[in-house]
Amino acid sequence: MSDITKQSLSELVENIKGKKLSSREVTKAFVERSEKSKELNAYITEDYVNALNKAKTFDEKPNLDLKLPGIPMAVKDLFCTKDLRTTAGSKILNNFVPTYESTVTQNIWNEGAILMGKLNCDEFAMGSSNETSFFGNVQNPIDKNLVPGGSSGGSSSAVAAQLTPITIGTDTGGSIRQPASFTGTVGLKPTYGSCSRYGIVAFASSLDQAGPMAQNVKDCALLQEVISTYDEKDSTSIDFKRNEYSKELTKDIKGKKIGIPKEYRVDGMPKEIEDLWKKGIEYAKDCGAEIIDISLPHTNYALPTYYIVAPAEASSNLARYDGVKYGFRAEGENLIDMYEKTRSEGFGAEVQRRIMIGTYVLSSGYYDAYYLKAQKVRKLIKKDFDDAYKKVDAILTPSTPSSAFKIGEKTNDPVSMYLNDIFTVPVNLAGLPGISIPAGHDAKGYPLGLQIIGKAFDEQNILNIAYAMEEKINFKNNITDWWIE
Amino acid sequence: MSIDLKTIKHISKLSRISVDEKKAEKLAGDLNSIFDFIEKLNELKTDNVEPLTSVAETTLKLRSDEVKSKNLRDQVIKNSPKENEDYFVVPKVIE
Repeated sequence: MSDITKQSLSELVENIKGKKLSSREVTKAFVERSEKSKELNAYITEDYVNALNKAKTFDEKPNLDLKLPGIPMAVKDLFCTKDLRTTAGSKILNNFVPTYESTVTQNIWNEGAILMGKLNCDEFAMGSSNETSFFGNVQNPIDKNLVPGGSSGGSSSAVAAQLTPITIGTDTGGSIRQPASFTGTVGLKPTYGSCSRYGIVAFASSLDQAGPMAQNVKDCALLQEVISTYDEKDSTSIDFKRNEYSKELTKDIKGKKIGIPKEYRVDGMPKEIEDLWKKGIEYAKDCGAEIIDISLPHTNYALPTYYIVAPAEASSNLARYDGVKYGFRAEGENLIDMYEKTRSEGFGAEVQRRIMIGTYVLSSGYYDAYYLKAQKVRKLIKKDFDDAYKKVDAILTPSTPSSAFKIGEKTNDPVSMYLNDIFTVPVNLAGLPGISIPAGHDAKGYPLGLQIIGKAFDEQNILNIAYAMEEKINFKNNITDWWIE
Repeated sequence: MSIDLKTIKHISKLSRISVDEKKAEKLAGDLNSIFDFIEKLNELKTDNVEPLTSVAETTLKLRSDEVKSKNLRDQVIKNSPKENEDYFVVPKVIE
C-alpha cells in the first residue's frame, strides 16, 4: 500500500485491524520518512531499530483488540521512557537514562503502540519557538527557517511532516496549542488532573498537563481516551468518570452555547487574526451553535501572573539538578562551587533566567508582593471563567496572536516571546481543557488556529465542537516536502 | 522597580548558579524588562481575595501506607555522575 505515512492514525488503526497493513510495514514507512527528514531536527533520540523489532514481534502475535495496535509513535522528550535517554532538551540531562516509564507513555504502549524515538522541545519546556533546546532549532515543515512553535516544537513538526502518525506533548502555558496552531495541526491540553504527571520532567507542577497532538480531531480524541487515566502515583491526578472520547465523538453541537470574550481583542492584534476569529464564529453558527458575548475581565493580568507562578514553581522543581544524583556534573573546588558550575554550565540562558525570576519572587521580603499577589490574581482569573460558564458551554478564541515567525526573530526580547501565549495561558491558570484546531491561513500561507476552551472535565464537549467545526473549515495544510533528502 | 547587580548576585547565590559580570548585566536587563511587565498586577486591588491554592476543588486521596517499590538501590544510583559502591560521591565537604 503506497503513501502509508499520508494516512491518519484512525485509518492506520483500521488498516492494521483489517489486516491490510502490518505493523512492520507501517513502522518501516514512518522510520524511512523520519530518516529522510533530518533537516527538520525533530528528533533528539532515534530508536528505529528497536521500533522495527517491536513491530516484527507485534506482527507475530498481533492483538488487534488494542486501541493502537502496532502503531509507531515518537513522543516529546519530556516523558521518561525506561532505558531510553530522556533529556528534556537540556544539557543537564544529556546522559540521563530513566529506569522507569511515565504513566502517560505506559498507557500508550499498553494499547499496542511502539516507541520510535524522542522529539525535540524547548529546554525543560520553557519556550515558545523550540529555540531554547540544547539540541538546536526545529524546522517547521510549512516553510524553511520558520519556528514550529514551542515548547512541543519537535512534536508539532513531526506530526505536520508526517514523521509520526500522532504524538504527545505537554502544555504549561500553551506548549501544545501554540505549536499546533503554528503547524496546522490539532492539539489538546486536557483539564488539570486528567492525565498523570508521573514520569514527566516537571516544569511548573500546578500548570503542567500532557496531551495529544494530531492531524485531526478524531485521532486526537482517540489518543486522549488512551492517555487520560486516574493514577495514584500522581497526587494531583483526579478520579473522575472519563468518556470514551473517540466513540462518543459527534458533530451534533446544535444549541451549544459558545462564548466570545471581548477581552481577547488585544491591542495590535493583526487583522487576519481578527478575521479568522469572525470566520470561526460563522462556522460555529453554521454548526448550529448559539453565539453569546461574554467578558473575562482579568484576561490582561494572566501573562504577568503566569510569569510569577511558573518561574516560582520551576525554580523549586529544578533545584534537584545539582550534579550529584544524575545528569551532567561540572567539577568544582568544593561542593558549593560544584553546584554553581554544574547549574551554570548545564542550564541554558532561558532556564537560568526563569530560575532567577522564580527565586527572586519567592525570596524573603518579596514573597507577598509577588507570589502571593499572583496566587490571588489567579483566583480572579479562575472566577472569570466560573462566571462565564454559568452562561455558556464553551469559549471560542484565536489560539495565538500571530502565525509562526522566523527563527531568531524574537530571541533577543523575552517579553515579546512571552506574548505568544497570551490566549493560551489563562486556560492553564484556571486548569481548564483547551483545544487548538487549524482554521485558515495568513497572507504568507502560514496556518492559523482557533482555540475552544471548555469547562473542567468537559473534554468531550470541546472535542465535539472541534469535530463539527473541522468539517466546515475543511483546512488543508500546504506542505511541499522541501526538506526531504 | 529596578533590579541592580547586587540583587542579581544575591539571587544567583540563592539559585546556586554562578554568574560573571557580563552575564549579571545581561540578566539585570532581562529581569528588569520582565518585572516591568509583571508590575501590571499592582493595578489590581486584591486585599479581600483568597489566594488560589489548587485549581481542582477536590481533597487529596488517602492511601494505605505500604511499601510498593522495593530494592531500587541499583536503579537510584544508576545515573549518578560519580559513585562509590552504594554512595553518591561529591567533593570533600569536611576538612
